[in-house]
Amino acid sequence: MEFDPDVRYLETHEWARKDGDEIVVGISDYAQGTLSDIVYVELPEVGDAVTKGDQLGVVESVKAAGDVYAPVSGTIVAVNEALEDTPELINQDPFGKGWLVRIKPSEPAEWETLLDVEAYKAVVQREESQ
Amino acid sequence: MVYSPHTPDERRRMLEAIGVERIEDLFADVPEDYRFPDLDLPVPLSEMEVVAELQELADQNLNAFRTPTFLGAGAYRHWIPAVVEYVLQRGEFVTAYTPYQPEISQGTLQAIFEYQSLICDLTGMEVANASHYDGATATAEAVIQAYNVFRKKRRKVLIAPTVHPQYREVVRTYTQGMGLEIVGDESLDTDLEALVARVDSDTACLIVQSPNFLGQIEALEGVREAMQARDPKALLVVITNPISLGLLKPPGDYGADIVLGEAQPLGLGLNFGGPYLGFYATRTKYVRQMAGRVIGQTTDVEGKRGFVMTLTTREQHIRRDKATSNICTNQGLMALAATVYLSTLGKNGLRKVASLNYHKAHYAADRINALDGYQVDLSAPFFNEFVVRCPAPVRNINAFLLQGGYRGTSILGGYDLSEAYPDLDRHMLVAVTEMNSRGEIDLFVDALDAFERQTGREA
Repeated sequence: MEFDPDVRYLETHEWARKDGDEIVVGISDYAQGTLSDIVYVELPEVGDAVTKGDQLGVVESVKAAGDVYAPVSGTIVAVNEALEDTPELINQDPFGKGWLVRIKPSEPAEWETLLDVEAYKAVVQREESQ
Repeated sequence: MVYSPHTPDERRRMLEAIGVERIEDLFADVPEDYRFPDLDLPVPLSEMEVVAELQELADQNLNAFRTPTFLGAGAYRHWIPAVVEYVLQRGEFVTAYTPYQPEISQGTLQAIFEYQSLICDLTGMEVANASHYDGATATAEAVIQAYNVFRKKRRKVLIAPTVHPQYREVVRTYTQGMGLEIVGDESLDTDLEALVARVDSDTACLIVQSPNFLGQIEALEGVREAMQARDPKALLVVITNPISLGLLKPPGDYGADIVLGEAQPLGLGLNFGGPYLGFYATRTKYVRQMAGRVIGQTTDVEGKRGFVMTLTTREQHIRRDKATSNICTNQGLMALAATVYLSTLGKNGLRKVASLNYHKAHYAADRINALDGYQVDLSAPFFNEFVVRCPAPVRNINAFLLQGGYRGTSILGGYDLSEAYPDLDRHMLVAVTEMNSRGEIDLFVDALDAFERQTGREA
């Protein structure tokens, strides 16, 4: 299982990466593995405002539909259009080509509240042992 | 699968395996006072006595299939070919449950897949679901689908006053608390053009029925384009009668986004109001917001064709509170009836049935219009139902007809429109199908005439 050390995480298995003055968001390798084959992604619209912790989309697999939560507040500046025809990119490359949205953050301080990779590994360990 | 009851020996062995003496002991958790209460039931009757009692009750019903019937208003007396009942009564179909396990449900799944395919053919649409309860709830699901297509951001729903009044009521019941504004049906004066003029950027959908509740065929040509001129995205929902599609252009060809209706006319009895069959079809791009079960065709590990429930993550039992609807079922047996009916008639047969409906209704309308005191509304083309302005309240005429006021023959008259539209006092909605013989129609016309002569006009 892959844990990208260069991103930060939410307990709900989203990852966030700083890229310039934008934040790229996706779901972790652990999340895509649990969901299994992803068939559809519901993403917000460019221009939508999001608040940290709000649901910004849904990832649907053959067996479940999981909410995706916003790691930071801000405005959606881009969504990964490739996912419309190829949602399996999330399974294949969750930290790269399977990105979901790009957010222009409005509250820089929120970044500090996100989990680093070690804290996230602990979250996954706890869940797996349940 | 074997459906034999357990033997006493099998029961004994099962109880032994779980360490219980008697079946009654399994209910030990229920407080003693409530465990096996005295229900004070009458003594059991023999099969002969039960049948006699039920027959007595059944005989109190008027059998529309043995009475000249001119009542429609959403449920119609059509001929049901014998093969429909024959197939439906097969144990494999009549006892089948939800096809959760495709490996033992290929018969059910294939039948539903055929049903969906036929509905797409009939309506000119890209994808159909496995059916809803009836036309009324299907209409409500269309509103909810449109609301979700626009991600709950558009709250206005335009609905024509000539959509079936009970469908409009069910839409309001289903969507209460959702903050929707359902308008357009305040007055019968609002025609389709006036309704389209109310489309704006807050409109999720416009719902029109054709043939409408009053039997009239709506002018759907250009409606989609007129809507788009006012707002490029609002959805067009068309409710229709599947028999009429044997003759009329399918709503899909007019650019409808959702097509639905009541498929009771396709081989289902009147059933005292149900079970009925809500058919539903839409565009592929909106399939994720469509409620209901969907069956898909695929190949198994051996490369053989097979059928499965598909797109199940739309449904309530997986998506839960994020689902667009609580519905995750279908009217399996009724959908099968419709499939057998359509397969039996085929394209040409359906056209013949539709044609008979059309011509017989027009014959009846002509004869009634020629009577003193009665006037048929000919302001718009109609299919197999039309409105007649009568010389007296419709309930009086229907009472006369039902009691055999003319030649002692009981006749079921048309629907009293004053029940649904206060402005339409003394207006009767007359339905004529392929089952009304010429003799029956002439009898009805003569009876209406006799009523007018006998009772005269009322003040």
